[in-house]
Amino acid sequence: MSMLRRRKASEIEQTSNLGDRKEIESKFDGNEKEKEKEKVKKKKKKWSCINSCCWFIGCICSIWWFLLFLYNAMPASIPQYVTEAITGPLPDPPGVKLQKEGLRAKHPVVFVPGIVTGGLELWEGHQCADGLFRKRLWGGTFGEVYKRPLCWVEHMSLDNETGLDPPGIRVRPVPGLVAADYFAPGYFVWAVLIANLARIGYEEKTMYMASYDWRLSFQNTEVRDQTLSRIKSNIELMVATNGGKKVVVIPHSMGVLYFLHFMKWVESPAPMGGGGGSDWCAKHIKAVMNIGGPFLGAPKAVSGLFSSEARDIAVARAIAPGVLDKDVFGFQTLQHVMRMTRTWDSTMSMIPKGGDTIWGTLDWSPEEGYNCGPKKQRSNDTQVPDHNNTESLDCQVKSVNYGRIISFGKDVAKAHSSKIERIDFRGAVKGNSLANMTCHDVWIEYHDMGWGGIKAVADYKVYTAGSILDLLHFVAPKMMKRGGAQFSYGIADNLDDPKYKHYKYWSNPLETKLPYAPDMEIYSMYGVGIPTERAYVYKLNPAAECCIPFQIDTSAEDENAGSCLKGGVFSVDGDETVPVLSAGFMCAKAWRGKTRFNPSGIRTFIREYDHAPPANLLEGRGTQSGAHVDIMGNFALIEDIIRVAAGATGEELGGDQVYSDIFKWSEKINLQL
Amino acid sequence: MASILRCRKLRYVEPVKCSTLGLESLETLKSSDKAEGGASAVVVNTINRSLPGKRRRRPTNDWRYIDWYCWMVGYLCTTWWLLLLLSHFLSGFQAPESPGSKLKREGLKALHPVVLVPGIVIGGLELWEGRPCADGLFRKRLWSSSFTENFRRPLCWLEHLSLDSVTGLDPPGIRVRPVTGLAAADYFAPGYFLWTTLIENLAKVGYEGKNLHMATYDWRLSFQNTEVRDQSLSRLKSKIELMFVINGYRKVVVVPHSMGSLYFLHFLKWVEAPAPMGGGGGPGWCAKHIKAIMNIGPLFLGVPKAVSNILSSEAKDIAFARTMAPVVLDSNFPGLQTLEHIMQVSRTWDSMMSLIPKGGETIWGDLDWSPEEEYNCDSEWKKNLKASSRDQSHKTNISDGQLGFRVKESVKFGRIISFGKMASKLPSSELRTFDFKDLSCGGASTKSNSSCGEVWTEYDELSRESIKEVAENKVYTATTILDLLYFVAPKMMRRANAHFSHGVAENLDDPKYSHYKYWSNPLETKLPDAPAMEIYCLYGVGIPTERSYVYKLLPSDQCRHIPFRIDSSTGGNNGRCLRSGIYFVDGDESVPVLSAGFMCAKGWQGRNRFNPFGISTYIREYRNKPPTILFEGRGLESSSHVDIMGNVALIEDIMRVAAGANGVELGGNRIFSDIIKMSERINLRL
Repeated sequence: MSMLRRRKASEIEQTSNLGDRKEIESKFDGNEKEKEKEKVKKKKKKWSCINSCCWFIGCICSIWWFLLFLYNAMPASIPQYVTEAITGPLPDPPGVKLQKEGLRAKHPVVFVPGIVTGGLELWEGHQCADGLFRKRLWGGTFGEVYKRPLCWVEHMSLDNETGLDPPGIRVRPVPGLVAADYFAPGYFVWAVLIANLARIGYEEKTMYMASYDWRLSFQNTEVRDQTLSRIKSNIELMVATNGGKKVVVIPHSMGVLYFLHFMKWVESPAPMGGGGGSDWCAKHIKAVMNIGGPFLGAPKAVSGLFSSEARDIAVARAIAPGVLDKDVFGFQTLQHVMRMTRTWDSTMSMIPKGGDTIWGTLDWSPEEGYNCGPKKQRSNDTQVPDHNNTESLDCQVKSVNYGRIISFGKDVAKAHSSKIERIDFRGAVKGNSLANMTCHDVWIEYHDMGWGGIKAVADYKVYTAGSILDLLHFVAPKMMKRGGAQFSYGIADNLDDPKYKHYKYWSNPLETKLPYAPDMEIYSMYGVGIPTERAYVYKLNPAAECCIPFQIDTSAEDENAGSCLKGGVFSVDGDETVPVLSAGFMCAKAWRGKTRFNPSGIRTFIREYDHAPPANLLEGRGTQSGAHVDIMGNFALIEDIIRVAAGATGEELGGDQVYSDIFKWSEKINLQL
Repeated sequence: MASILRCRKLRYVEPVKCSTLGLESLETLKSSDKAEGGASAVVVNTINRSLPGKRRRRPTNDWRYIDWYCWMVGYLCTTWWLLLLLSHFLSGFQAPESPGSKLKREGLKALHPVVLVPGIVIGGLELWEGRPCADGLFRKRLWSSSFTENFRRPLCWLEHLSLDSVTGLDPPGIRVRPVTGLAAADYFAPGYFLWTTLIENLAKVGYEGKNLHMATYDWRLSFQNTEVRDQSLSRLKSKIELMFVINGYRKVVVVPHSMGSLYFLHFLKWVEAPAPMGGGGGPGWCAKHIKAIMNIGPLFLGVPKAVSNILSSEAKDIAFARTMAPVVLDSNFPGLQTLEHIMQVSRTWDSMMSLIPKGGETIWGDLDWSPEEEYNCDSEWKKNLKASSRDQSHKTNISDGQLGFRVKESVKFGRIISFGKMASKLPSSELRTFDFKDLSCGGASTKSNSSCGEVWTEYDELSRESIKEVAENKVYTATTILDLLYFVAPKMMRRANAHFSHGVAENLDDPKYSHYKYWSNPLETKLPDAPAMEIYCLYGVGIPTERSYVYKLLPSDQCRHIPFRIDSSTGGNNGRCLRSGIYFVDGDESVPVLSAGFMCAKGWQGRNRFNPFGISTYIREYRNKPPTILFEGRGLESSSHVDIMGNVALIEDIMRVAAGANGVELGGNRIFSDIIKMSERINLRL
């Protein structure tokens, strides 16, 4: 439009330039004429405004089509040519390489996806979700999040009391390999692994994606969808149709805990379990290859539940981080997210397990000697600006108290335990003062707590893995009541106690025995070399009217750059989501050899993959990444999996492959075995 | 962008002339408008480049073309969007209540698990391993969905879809596998629904992944080979057992469609047969696990369409024809040889053979007699004038003015293929008999020349003389058609013979009938011991359906490999049953009533040798009512072979049964056609 206006102006200028002093009279005539002309022009302009709009749209459309045509006519291999021209020839993908070595599909493969990576689709919904039948609500393009956010949140939430479907809404997991091959278009999860397995002959009949509704507690997936029964039947079928060859199970992230639950479930007698008998696992499973498994939980889950911050990587990437982090335009995004995630029982399966014994007390933690500086510098120099060694040495001297998973204020996080004054919050009275009407319709449990309760929480100052549970019970009583029936976080004193037959203990490796399957192998495969959240510095939110009253204190930062404290978060070695301790401890110590957790002596192997960021942009998410989700595209990991699927044992792979200090740290943990 | 601006400016200088002159150019541009957008954009670009030279001569004219072109495109786009927006809002008001929500209000709840068995050409196929030409298509659909690949690299696509012509399994280095899950066959192509409507309605009363299963299989393979290669039958068995258990020991309702009904018949026998060949489920398996089988548009006795299909690749299945542009398929583009390619591919598909008419002359009629002989095409034709006028294939000259003309001699439907119109009418005494043993298949290699591209069909192996011999005034019935096929496609039939049988059993207790090749032929198997089970035949009637063909011999042509073609010039006043070389009877556009209904109407009715345990059968026919307005899409009351899946009456029947009703509660038989009369004429020992 501005273009038009400008043109008009220039025309007038021109006409005025033409005007001559000598012919003023005629100029008047001329002016009239011009007026007439302008009238005509105006008519034309009206006509041409719409027309030029059409014209413009037409132009855009044609160009678009032309480009589309070119794109479609382009051979599919061009991007690869371009990449190869820039970076030199790419290495063979592991599938091709191993196919040349003569490896062939042997054992059927079962994938168990983790939290948030599986797709969910709508089967029945409220009015506002019309036309979305069997469309993906979770995974895929997430188009609906933007189109009708409140409707979406409503459909993704579960019932606050039962942890099952709210009335009138049925959202179900997508079945089949498509469930979790891509999380969003172009963001692979299992797709690379599937493609490589297909190279050596795997196909749909020998690969099975055990998709489940990751929002539910593990036992509820069986209650509502009979998912565990279906997995059992599918594994049995695959073993039967593949000539009795046992399956190789590959769980990822929370899938690790889910499969742990499955192994106990399948051997338990019928009403509560699957009734498979005590040798089911021995008969059907060759190996369990856990990828990035949070066996002992992840501290991230605590901050997620506590204040909806730093949630799992996939969520943060899907929902625009800018919207999520800031409290813009009164959308109360975080509150909505918190309300939704607190109805998901599964998030509670990842609260740190084992309490102070594993995660450390106020003054002690297994990782205490960990030096953040040089490690970070070596692995990921883009994140940490260069700094001199003296400072990092300084950091090494003052070791971090990782045991304090949540501390209020930076000083508290560092002070010696004897110097911290703590007021017990457990008896604190919950007021009602916060329930004011300005908070719109978003309701979170913090509003029930009252200012007194919040103050009491902050006054307790420091929380370790043990007291974290009390804290969560205090701030989210409803959720934890549901969680208490489904999950347990302790350490068993006597595993033969009949109470451990209850399903709530099945997903906690410290309260169950592994099944009797001496030929089975358990692998722990995870990335190392990325700073991973381990403990948090919190602060009270000053504008606590409507918001979540606690926030990570992002200003808390150590002056010396080599420190582990960054933006209110203490980090240790890990894969960006799961600390090494949680991913590796069970295989490194608790299950190693014949212990009380592993009575039949199942062999365990640790395979660590050192993180190397992608060299350039064209490489995408990298073939040597160690990050929690990106590790699924790590060539070394894929090669290991293919070898095992083709029949290799752990020894043939090369046994343990360790880069981190996991053995040293495991030694420090004083757990009766 | 700069050129656009310039272009804009010039156009602005002379708007008046533009509007008058431009209108003329508008007409010419309209046609190019609809063509590939990219191509016309190229034109735009080239004109842009050649601009300075032309401008000197005729300063404004050339610009206007582009302007008007762009204007037109923009105009069309805008109106299109507006209409789209409008229809989006309007459709909300127009949709009548779906059977799902109606029955939900009645209080129906999901009870029995439902298994859907798709038919031929309907299920999606995806690539798992391919040749270099199919790079980047890993786990992409080759069949169904958008079919973009078959336009981009047609030969590669055909290569990957064909099977090994000797084994009937994968060719080396290529693995194409069926898509699993409900997504496999809910839509055939975008917007062309198959099972979606049914699934949506079932979901309304509470169905979901755990009690709704799509039994996908590779529809190109013979039924037993799906088990050999993919273990599809074992997986179906395990799935049914699982659904039976996790849904509180409720039996399943199976809903096969089209060829799926034969596949499931095969499954019924397979699952009870002992282990090495069968599934080892034992004789009580069906009784324990299956409540009802609701066959939609079943073709228990095969379809005549399959014969013409194999013989000359014509009149392909409806979905197939709709996908491939019909113009390309029918006309013989020089050098493209589309038909030959399709023939070459489809002849490697064993499953095609399961569709050849079964039961021979006993069922389908001999030279002088057929069960449909009293069928009056006029009335049906009149009734369906409206229905078929929208159908391109049935385009005939309605204005013949002899609608009321009644022929005395009835049509000889029994002659499934006759060469020449005369042969289809002659009394049988005047026809020459013919023995295939007289023919030698040798001496054919003379024809193999390299100038015709590398398409190879089995016709090349036949000598011209023997082809002539086959064609000369010959008539083939359902029995002799098999000999004909053996002659023209020996390799295919040899493979097929190991997997399918097309006869009528004399003695069902003969031990040879325990072989799997008989399992999909209802006339050579007994139904399982499941007296509580119900079998439904649900199919559409009221649409003219291919029943027999008039063929002609094409003149010898070096590059035309298929010597036969349907003689589409024949037609006319023979009671309207004959149109463009095809005799029509009542049916659902693909399957004649006889094939769909006979087993339920007579072959399995009561307790007889095919149904020794007295499984009750029901016939539910659905009369065709074409969509009245455009908004309705493919019609809520259509009854054609595929569109019937959106028929509300059919969906309601299925849902009632799934929610626990039995056939009597549905209302028993519901018959519009002459199926009972026809069945009575068939002299089959029961």
